[in-house]
Amino acid sequence: MSEQMIQVNKLNKSFGDLHVLKDIDFHVEESEVVVLIGASGSGKSTMLRCLNFLEMKNSGELFIKGEQIDPKKDNLNKVRQQVGMVFQHFNLFPHMTVLGNVIEAPTQVKGISKSQAKKEGQELLEKVGLGDKANDYPSRLSGGQKQRVAIARALAMKPEIMLFDEPTSALDPELVGEVLATMKDLAKEGMTMVVVTHEMGFAREVADRVVYMHDGKIVESGAPKDLFENPQEERTQAFLSSIL
Amino acid sequence: MYLYSANFWTALIDSRGMFFEAAQMTLALTAVSILIAIVIGLMFAFMKISKIKPLEWLANIYIYVVRGTPLIVQIFVFYYGLTEVWMISGFWSVALGLAFHNGAYIAEIFRGSIQSIGKGQTEAGRSLGMSGTLTMRRIILPQAFRRALPPLGNQFIIGLKDSSLAAFIGVSEIFAVATTQGANTFDYMTWLLVSAVWYLILVFLLTLVVSAIEKKMAVSD
Repeated sequence: MSEQMIQVNKLNKSFGDLHVLKDIDFHVEESEVVVLIGASGSGKSTMLRCLNFLEMKNSGELFIKGEQIDPKKDNLNKVRQQVGMVFQHFNLFPHMTVLGNVIEAPTQVKGISKSQAKKEGQELLEKVGLGDKANDYPSRLSGGQKQRVAIARALAMKPEIMLFDEPTSALDPELVGEVLATMKDLAKEGMTMVVVTHEMGFAREVADRVVYMHDGKIVESGAPKDLFENPQEERTQAFLSSIL
Repeated sequence: MYLYSANFWTALIDSRGMFFEAAQMTLALTAVSILIAIVIGLMFAFMKISKIKPLEWLANIYIYVVRGTPLIVQIFVFYYGLTEVWMISGFWSVALGLAFHNGAYIAEIFRGSIQSIGKGQTEAGRSLGMSGTLTMRRIILPQAFRRALPPLGNQFIIGLKDSSLAAFIGVSEIFAVATTQGANTFDYMTWLLVSAVWYLILVFLLTLVVSAIEKKMAVSD
């Protein structure tokens, strides 16, 4: 069996009185692409954000690469370097150029020399098809281009896991394809990915496993073919028939 | 009262050397007090958004006191109070008084602009492994400073004009020179108008500087 990149046991998270995640058990293996689906409010984004400690769990255990992470003791900045994240609204740094965005963390956090970071950053931008945009500011880019820069920026830290929080939900329909294509390439290279998305086509084609969440719980999970074509749970059937 | 001055143009031209010197004093007062006020303002802005409650309270008290009392009172308190225990010049007691005063307003400007930067920017920085301090310094502050510039420029202009209160404790800046000239010639109106022209020139120059900085920072738009 391959190495567990992420292991979550009995994870609970509440916002005040609102119990968002209820005893979640979840794991991701190396090079696995897991897609989280579910209605809004089902807890899938919160779950993703717990994985890199943008949200702090209330209880439960969280292992990254076999090591249990205790937010009180462990250096979360170090943990986050291994777990890249791409946001729904891109969150590029508007006061920096595209290349500036990509080299910011490598130079400031890892202390890599500027010339080295620029060289690697340029390669990453070529990879996401934006080599010619290196010196533009984010305000000049389309949504799809922004999101591809955001992916390159996260990759610049050489993470072992990539989290995607509805990466195409804020995009015009005609721009969704280019972002999904970039993600597909990444999956092919063997990147471990956890993706929250409403793009069922992407889930079907790229995911190794699809996880359906409802009301803070994982209802069902399985290979996309099984889950989409032969859902076992009534909740899953209802959700899938409402969106497909 | 009359708003007509027969001597205005000759007075303006003949006194240019004297007022040029006074204008340098006004500029020095403004520059020193604004620079200190920016440091004070940034410090209290951080205290105000701090999670440590006593720091927040301290910042609130400071801002409340400054906004709730007249500037002239603050300057006199600094002048008479400070010079009792620490022999500093009139220039420095006014400069510190003005800095103390403007610091409170600048603190509110910085606090507002820092809080106006979306949470997503902090999350993006933190998710890349940047520490909270590094994210503040590299990601939030540059953007916040840019947003703060227009209201800051406004505050600089207010600070420049408020430096005229230094006249009351004998610093020879523009307004002091104008009132002395007025008393000597029994022609206050002429000299007040001359001082007004000099203030207009200085404010105009300050506006140019601020908009040049704004333009420079707008390259990312």
